Amino acid sequence: MNLTLHVWRQKGPADEGRMVQYEVKDVSEHASFLEMLDVLNQQLIGRGEEPVAFEHDCREGICGSCGFMINGDAHGPMPGTTVCQLHMRHFKDGDVLHIEPWRSRAFPVLKDLVVDRGAFDRIIQAGGFISVATGEAPEANLIPVPKPVADRAMDAAQCIGCGACVAQCPNGAASLFTSAKVSHLNLLPQGQPERFDRALSMVEAMDREGFGYCSNHAECEAVCPKEISIDFIARMNRDYLKAKAQRGMKTPLQT
Amino acid sequence: MSWFSALYRSAVGKKAVMAVTGIILFGFIVLHLIGNLKLYEPGLYKAPGETGPGVRYINAYGLFLRHVGEPALPAYGALWIFRIVLLVAVILHIWAAWQLTLMSRAARPRAYASRPKIHTTYASRTLRWGGVIILLFVIYHLLDFTAGTVNPGFVEGDVYRNVVASFSRWYVSLFYILAQMALGLHLYHGLWSLFQSLGWNHPRFNHWRSGFAHAFAWIITIGNVSFPLAVLTGLVHK
Ligand code: HEM
Ligand code: FES
Repeated sequence: MNLTLHVWRQKGPADEGRMVQYEVKDVSEHASFLEMLDVLNQQLIGRGEEPVAFEHDCREGICGSCGFMINGDAHGPMPGTTVCQLHMRHFKDGDVLHIEPWRSRAFPVLKDLVVDRGAFDRIIQAGGFISVATGEAPEANLIPVPKPVADRAMDAAQCIGCGACVAQCPNGAASLFTSAKVSHLNLLPQGQPERFDRALSMVEAMDREGFGYCSNHAECEAVCPKEISIDFIARMNRDYLKAKAQRGMKTPLQT
Repeated sequence: MSWFSALYRSAVGKKAVMAVTGIILFGFIVLHLIGNLKLYEPGLYKAPGETGPGVRYINAYGLFLRHVGEPALPAYGALWIFRIVLLVAVILHIWAAWQLTLMSRAARPRAYASRPKIHTTYASRTLRWGGVIILLFVIYHLLDFTAGTVNPGFVEGDVYRNVVASFSRWYVSLFYILAQMALGLHLYHGLWSLFQSLGWNHPRFNHWRSGFAHAFAWIITIGNVSFPLAVLTGLVHK
């Protein structure tokens, strides 16, 4: 199949940036979206042009490195999929595709489709540690965890931190990411000692990074490659509000 | 009030304030509808021991609102407490909406070249403009039925007459109906959204939340739209 691409090209953080049109011919329907871009990049290199920069690592949908907008959809039109696992058989000959980086004040564009997601790392950091005994690995069944709780915690822990939720949200909020990260520890017995500090610190870190707020539109849930539920956002809000009530509205110890 | 400002500083806190004030306003909307249904009550109301012909039920209800709580409270006392609570709720609700809107604008300084796909509902995308329409409507509504300045031949205390006089003009009725539809849409999303904002979720009752929101959005809209329609069709007349 032959495609027309409009790709965001930006030399560096200070560059203005612009959409540039490319024609890609004879794309195999078995290729992934990233492989299709690899083909484009080979052509560009052949012509002596700068290849399109995009992030990727595992190409198995598990590392969370990849991601950009395709015609207004984070990770493209297929639900529950990262762009590295999105196959070209879902597109057809003659398609015109607009490819843009995540747009968020908290995610500055570094180059072309690559954004700096350091804001996510700082939210995680704000969550702090969990109290665990160090030394030898403990007996696995020392702390019993009910199966439904373990399952819920795993649902949250599926988050790969790709940033699609922020990119799709009309308010540019990071609530789905943050709530998944707060919840997977707050659900488990191991996460209880710091539960409320964690909720306070991570929610406040999210505001500090310049993300938007949550209107409960659920756009994030629709595009999340791991199909993480906005139920976790309600859970995060509950822990945050409870923490505020319990701590007499003081600011958390760790920030 | 330091606990309030500490809470209000965060976006989650602002949304909690919106949700709580939204609940207060929703409670008012429900009572307001129940009160207005008296417009349909046939015959006249006579207080116990009263000898005259009696008054329209809706007028008697209006009188009740002004004197409820007497003699423990002065006349209009309970009414003014109610009004102040509502005013504070409205101000906080709009203030938070405004600040959150600015926050959202700032979070994406550069728009997408190709517009993001819409997965969300029409109701949730129209909260902001819908809110502005509701606000303009509320101001007109107060001038119409409370102050009486834009009501043709306003008679203080004769609620029935004032309603018929106002809604007999088709363009006023039309504006009223459009505003009620905006309110219906606002509640369609808002009454569900507040559960999320306050963290009220549980697998056992989650599926009731949108049912609750949709049912009340429809009840409120149909109920409120029925009043101008009843006047325009002559069902309720002088
Ligand atoms: C009778 C009047 C009103 C009622 C019953 C009402 C109710 C609600 C409720 C229940 C919510 C959901 C809160 C949440 O998600 O936590 C909400 C949200 C909202 N309201 Fe109102 N509201 C009213 C008037 C207004 C007015 C006058 C404005 C603006 C001028 C407004 C602007 C908004 C906005 C912008 C939101 C969405 C916040 C977000 O993005 O999540 N509302 N409202
Ligand atoms: S490259 Fe690892 S998730 Fe796509």
